[in-house]
Amino acid sequence: MMAAFILAFSLLTLLMFFVSYCRSLTASSLHTSITEDVRDVTGIQVRAAGRDYARVMQILQLCPDRPEDRSGLQIVAAYYSFLNLLDQGFAKIFPAVRPWAEEERAGCAHFAAVALGRRIALNREMLAQQVEL
Amino acid sequence: MGAGVCFVASAIRRSSFLKYFFLNLYVILSLCADLLRQFVLRFYGLDSSEYSYAYYYTDCLLTVALFVAVISLASRVFAELNLGKHVRTVAVLLLLGTAGFSYAVVAQSAHRLVTMFAFELSQNLYFVGLVLTYLLWGAVLKLQETRTRVVQMVLSLGLYFSAYAGSFALANLAPKYVFVQYLGPILGCFLPISWSLTLLRHSEDSRLTPARLVAVPR
Repeated sequence: MMAAFILAFSLLTLLMFFVSYCRSLTASSLHTSITEDVRDVTGIQVRAAGRDYARVMQILQLCPDRPEDRSGLQIVAAYYSFLNLLDQGFAKIFPAVRPWAEEERAGCAHFAAVALGRRIALNREMLAQQVEL
Repeated sequence: MGAGVCFVASAIRRSSFLKYFFLNLYVILSLCADLLRQFVLRFYGLDSSEYSYAYYYTDCLLTVALFVAVISLASRVFAELNLGKHVRTVAVLLLLGTAGFSYAVVAQSAHRLVTMFAFELSQNLYFVGLVLTYLLWGAVLKLQETRTRVVQMVLSLGLYFSAYAGSFALANLAPKYVFVQYLGPILGCFLPISWSLTLLRHSEDSRLTPARLVAVPR
């Protein structure tokens, strides 16, 4: 009985810390605005929406990899999947969760778009170096 | 072990070794403990009393080091309110209190008193560390802490303690499943990996919006 209570409590706090950790990751990219290049290739107009995430990720995979972005993108991808799951299951019982989940998914899309901007810049740099050679 | 080396190397590379000295100390001690356990295991075997002593004493030492690491982060969070000194005093009192309580619990068993004390202290101090981490996270939110590194390090500790408590509970509920036995060692790598990512990803000056940290905004 006690073990079951501890398990339930620790799962709850684990979830809370996971959400906060992911929010701290996406929050760190909020100060950076989405570049013009990214807007052109992704079609994001003013600010990223949750539905933009999949498209941004597809384009991200076409660009050369930046190892320093990899772990952050993986964690945010896990968070995005969690939000989708929440939207498809939990939000049916508690509809109030839906706007919150959408806002969070928009944060994930913004994070990915900022990473895409960095990768495009890196791509440009590499191209410029090749031209010089 | 690789994760620990990675964290210490990133701390040195980012000139943050002394800034996060107690976190580094914990990771270095856990590396030393791993080496010592391996050495004792190879020479004496898993069922030997030498291995049991080595395991429980190093475990106790690591729990004390982790407790100190939590306190070092707490004194950073409270430093802006000039409460760093008070945090350290409370930490010493808590440590002494936990040691006293652990001694009182095991005092009756004269047989293997020191080992029992090490085990009891390790368990109790782990619980105190867990509660302190939750309180520290509450303080981070209340004081609107903006330093990205500090915030992510506290969050990593929260994730680690929650996952560890969950794995203990799961081991009690479902001891017959083999995967449960591997959860502890896997979780052991989590803290150094997560801390190194924080050091590599963010600079000391990096700041974030405190309102974004609450899991469900008010």
